[in-house]
Amino acid sequence: MNKTVNQKAWFLVLPVLILVGFSAVIPLMTVVNYSVQDTFGNNVFFWAGLDWFRDMLESERMWNALGRQLVFSGIILAIEVPLGIFVALNMPKKGFWASFCLVLMSLPLLIPWNVVGTIWQIFGRVDIGLLGYVLAKLGVNYNYTQNVIDAWATVIVMDVWHWTSLVALLAYAGLQSIPDAYYQAAKIDQASRWKVFRFIELPKMAGVLMIAILLRFMDSFMIYTEPFVVTGGGPGNATTFLSIDLVKMALGQFDLGPAAAFSLMYFLVILLISWVFYTVMTNLDKRDGV
Amino acid sequence: MSDVTSAPGAASIPGDVSAAEPQARTRRRFRPNGSMIVMVLYLLFLMLPIYWLLNMSLKTNAEILSGFSLWPRNLTLANYEKILSDPSWYMGYVNSIIYVTMNTVLSIVVALPAAYAFSRYRFMGDKHLFFWLLTNRMAPPAVFALPFFQLYSSVGLFDTHIAVALAHTLFNVPLAVWILEGFMRGVPREIDETAYIDGYSFPKFFVKIFMPLIASGIGVAAFFCFMFSWVELLLSRTLTSVDAKPIAATMTRTVSASGLDWGVLAAAGVLTILPGALVIWFVRNYIAKGFALGRV
Repeated sequence: MNKTVNQKAWFLVLPVLILVGFSAVIPLMTVVNYSVQDTFGNNVFFWAGLDWFRDMLESERMWNALGRQLVFSGIILAIEVPLGIFVALNMPKKGFWASFCLVLMSLPLLIPWNVVGTIWQIFGRVDIGLLGYVLAKLGVNYNYTQNVIDAWATVIVMDVWHWTSLVALLAYAGLQSIPDAYYQAAKIDQASRWKVFRFIELPKMAGVLMIAILLRFMDSFMIYTEPFVVTGGGPGNATTFLSIDLVKMALGQFDLGPAAAFSLMYFLVILLISWVFYTVMTNLDKRDGV
Repeated sequence: MSDVTSAPGAASIPGDVSAAEPQARTRRRFRPNGSMIVMVLYLLFLMLPIYWLLNMSLKTNAEILSGFSLWPRNLTLANYEKILSDPSWYMGYVNSIIYVTMNTVLSIVVALPAAYAFSRYRFMGDKHLFFWLLTNRMAPPAVFALPFFQLYSSVGLFDTHIAVALAHTLFNVPLAVWILEGFMRGVPREIDETAYIDGYSFPKFFVKIFMPLIASGIGVAAFFCFMFSWVELLLSRTLTSVDAKPIAATMTRTVSASGLDWGVLAAAGVLTILPGALVIWFVRNYIAKGFALGRV
């Protein structure tokens, strides 16, 4: 769409600017402020330069949390993306059953995150939860509050349960937009099912899949509530991801300086991924626009 | 399709185009078998944990702890009664609904004109602004928890509904702007121009002509603002203590406090799922679009 240049449009954007500025810029400035100062208490602050950043970059705690975070995000992406595509390919194309599947699949997406945690907390308990009970009956020594591997497995399965539908729904939307003619052409060429997927469906889905992957990466990168409710970051620090660690540091121990430096570096990573996301989105718009 | 099959000479086209229709039908009859199994398994995987929560919510605590059963032996609504009669529980829902509604209204009202500006005009810094909004949607709440706490404490808004509603605009306003812009770009410009020629002023045109045209977009944006504010826990818990405590925080605090009443906890969980489950049918075709910020 060809847009006209109109500087007065700024007035339409102004309310958003003020509101989001109030709730984003002021807090962020506070964080910046804390990140370069130190205190002996009593609200007396003095300049600390980049000490906190240096501290954080050398702190094993942050690198460990970052490592866990990356492993977690990597695993859930590796499971959710293929599974989501697979589910989308198998969804009914239209009619009542398509709507039925859409509704049931969307349900986990709309459950409050702490309730997702609660559901799996109950579901995984050996005494009262279906999953834990069945596993215990099968002779598996499963205990997500004590055993590191079990805790990880629970958190990952929970995330797969929670978010695979999002990937599936986006992939499904991508599939729906493929004109029938493509399939007919493939049929005339006697293409195999795999070739249809590889050369028609996958390229046509690429745009929405990119959105799905980036969204999942971003959201898993700042996951807090679900693992917090289920494992509380434990056992030990095994499931303490970046956000959990940051909240522990900032609100639990009130280590303002390190927490602020941590926050800013965290935010920079997010900014970088947002930029990739934005580029993908605008490229997609351009392609659709032509 | 039927036109093609009945077209004269269709049978002479190599690849037997006229046979496409029956073949497609056999494929359709065959494929659901495999697909159906996949879908049933997947939906089972999705529904089982939810069923289990429902199951627990209909049992008494004694029954939950005394033994394992796949369905409630003596069905009871006592857990729901407890929640709906105890102010410390049901006020959690009231608080949540108050700040979620405030946030949704606020987000949509400020996002509408902005989305219009982004979809229709080019102005200084528009692209940067649009990107900046996106970064706020993506910003981790954990980064903002402490500064929000201090900001709202210092202006005396701590533990009020307004504080949570304002804090949630951080990610909901950008979300609403992006979703609405996605819908608005689908409305042809000619409509705007015709309205101006007909002598409509901008506000009158916007409310009377433009908003009805993107009604579904407004609905979807409102739904997603509602949802994201409803499911968020970290900020709403940090910014409240007693008067505006949301249901999500009530639930986590019960877990850490006195002995666990699993039945009541499960019932509270089921009640938080309800609002989403009630409207989901109406937005089913827009869920992907909403999550993808109006870009699918």
